[in-house]
Amino acid sequence: MATTHIHTHQDVHHDAHGDDHDHHEGNFWTNYIFSQDHKIIAKQFLITGIFWALLGGTLSVIFRLQLGFPDMNLDWLKPVLGGWITPEGKLDPEFYLALVTMHGTIMVFFVLTAGLSGTFSNFLIPLQCGARDMASGFMNMLSYWFFFLSSVIMFVSLFISTGPAGGGWTIYPPLSALPQAIQGSGLGMTLWLVSMALFIVSTLLGGINYITTVINMRTRGMSFTRLPLTIWAFFFTAIIGLLSFPVLFAAALLLIFDRSLGTSFFLSDIYIGGEALPNMGGSPILFQHLFWFLGHPEVYIVLLPALGITSEIIATNSRKPIFGYKAMIGSMLFIAILSFIVWAHHMFVTGMNPFLGSIFMLLTLIIAVPSAVKIFNYVTTLWKGNLRFTPAMLFSIGLVSFFLTGGITGIFLGNSAVDIQLHDTYFVVAHFHLVMGSASFFGMLAGIYHWFPKMFGRMMDDRLGYIHFWITFIGVYLVFFPMHYIGIAGFPRRYYSFTNFETFTGFTDLNTLVSVAAILTLAAQFIFLFNFFYSIFRGRLAPANPWNATTLEWTTPRFPKHGNWPGEIPAVYRWPYDYSKPGSKEDFIPQTIPFSETPESNLPHENELIKLEGNGNGAIVVEGKH
Amino acid sequence: MDTHIKELKIVEEAKQPLSMNPKKFALWLFMVSVLMLFGAWTSAYLVKRADTGWAEIILPQQMAINTAIILASSFALIMAYRAARHDNLKLVKLGLGLTMLLGLGFLVGQFVAYGDMIKLNQYFSGSNVSHSFVYVLTAVHGLHLISGLVFLAVVLADSYKFKVHSKSLTRLEMCSTYWHFLGILWLYLFVFIKLNP
Repeated sequence: MATTHIHTHQDVHHDAHGDDHDHHEGNFWTNYIFSQDHKIIAKQFLITGIFWALLGGTLSVIFRLQLGFPDMNLDWLKPVLGGWITPEGKLDPEFYLALVTMHGTIMVFFVLTAGLSGTFSNFLIPLQCGARDMASGFMNMLSYWFFFLSSVIMFVSLFISTGPAGGGWTIYPPLSALPQAIQGSGLGMTLWLVSMALFIVSTLLGGINYITTVINMRTRGMSFTRLPLTIWAFFFTAIIGLLSFPVLFAAALLLIFDRSLGTSFFLSDIYIGGEALPNMGGSPILFQHLFWFLGHPEVYIVLLPALGITSEIIATNSRKPIFGYKAMIGSMLFIAILSFIVWAHHMFVTGMNPFLGSIFMLLTLIIAVPSAVKIFNYVTTLWKGNLRFTPAMLFSIGLVSFFLTGGITGIFLGNSAVDIQLHDTYFVVAHFHLVMGSASFFGMLAGIYHWFPKMFGRMMDDRLGYIHFWITFIGVYLVFFPMHYIGIAGFPRRYYSFTNFETFTGFTDLNTLVSVAAILTLAAQFIFLFNFFYSIFRGRLAPANPWNATTLEWTTPRFPKHGNWPGEIPAVYRWPYDYSKPGSKEDFIPQTIPFSETPESNLPHENELIKLEGNGNGAIVVEGKH
Repeated sequence: MDTHIKELKIVEEAKQPLSMNPKKFALWLFMVSVLMLFGAWTSAYLVKRADTGWAEIILPQQMAINTAIILASSFALIMAYRAARHDNLKLVKLGLGLTMLLGLGFLVGQFVAYGDMIKLNQYFSGSNVSHSFVYVLTAVHGLHLISGLVFLAVVLADSYKFKVHSKSLTRLEMCSTYWHFLGILWLYLFVFIKLNP
């Protein structure tokens, strides 16, 4: 190396995006409310998501009270629920339907889409790609405020006299299309549709920004194969959202026309009180096709970010490179593609042609392959790793567990013949709450525990984190595992009462157990909330790189300003998983360390990269030592 | 090594990744989402059409005229773009103004066409779902066209501030991309309905 020509470039510090971002000294409103800083917007999504998660969880506990304790007198809820408690002290049956609907809507869209993608895509994409901010800070800000407006409308719908939407989160017509069907199909449904339309706008604004930033705003040296798996996951998620949410918008708009303007896209041959409605020629099945063309990809919009976060946390805390980096990307890509061609497995009982059903069954079962690849890679990353059980790591391992147990029942449900028996039973409820709900929720919690030091510059309390994890982990299994048995026995979902049927009375005990576990699990979340908010203000100050991770976000200051890096954006020389590299002194090598500084641990092909050639123009950059 | 060399560190080059203008890229993504919206509707249209009880659609003659108008507007915009590349600022303003005028003409023409639809007893609601589809497709296209007109107006205002010339074309390029996209989208919808009445 001593015999090489050294080209001294004085202008290596030039920076394509300039430093014009990091001197903003706005007021309170521009800094914290109408901020265009991706980190603040991420926190706004996070706090709003936490609010919705708490509300969604509380709604579920209210209907679990009805299911677990059917004879309970609920008069004590009157101060909160008012007229929704009948004079006999029971939950109003139509309000029960509204609770189920709102729980689903809130959890799927407001918590696990906006709360998860909104938080972590916003926070991590610029930090881990090495960008000062998103491609368009203004659009990013709009994305949050559309979400906020959508949240306000959905929240208001909880308090109107006819109650919020009650047709299930899938809002199938004709139930959702006819205001006279149930109370929940009245104004509540209208507000639901308006809110969701705004939500879709928010998601698209966010998604366009995420994709653009990942493709166009990466720092020097950050090739696609050096991107952390989190970014890959957010990238695929955003693409899926971009392609599927417009279709939900299309369906919702047609439903709005059917409800309010007298068209009949989804309505035909309907008799109310013996009299035919004028609507002719529509097809409710058409709505299901449009809805599930979004609805199934939506499952992966919810899940993929959680899987990406888990990949990162498991590799970091196993002190090992992720097993099968390219296989992880490939499997995510494969899942993303498959997610668009399996939607009809939600519709096996709609009178579909059995041959078509078989095709959708086959495609559905193929998803097991990339999913199994992912689980295998998680386990092999953990295998013989130097494990550090931080709360984030525990939640990530919990995710792998749920993904496996919930995924296996997916193979049952994907078979059209089996699905006919299990369709719309608690088996389905158990399946998707484990594989999509709990797994994604754990991914979100893992992400909060892991990136809290970067978000707020302080550490969360580990011990409270462990208590939170174990109660939640055991609680989730206690809630959802018994549901499989209840479902196989034929319990239909969304039923208000089971004690009216002789057949189902045998499961009262199990339902009580589920409800008790649900209440305890919700209660455990308050431990997290205390830990979260207390640590924001009083937590121990975080070191620069608390987990000894390799990715770029840990090279920023403790409290990064708008613009993220005070000086120039660091360049990247290696992939993000150089943990415990043989020969290396430390057990991690950050992405910003060039190969030329680590001759002791370089592999032959990495040495090729730094091979110095006689007159390699631009092949070498020489910098003064900082 | 002497001490002077010791203070230097030798580093392999970190290559700047390939990238394009983020705003242009975002516009393309937006157009993808619009395409998915109309893709959903035209797919639903085909599914519904294969079903029973589909009434044939008779598109008014006016819509063919409108198609010609929107195509002409695209040509006017191409003219404006070429003028901008050659710094012929007067022609830029003329081209942009003409594009906007033709765009407005298209919208008025669509409105007239709705009148003709009603004369043919093809209503938005109350008649067959096939007619409802025509109104939805054209009206949502019209809404996007209005957004395109706003974009054109912004660029036209820019051109009066001497901000549109051969060294500053990004906005005009984005505006052109979007406007041509809307023209092609209309052509697609028109031919689609003609072929599947």
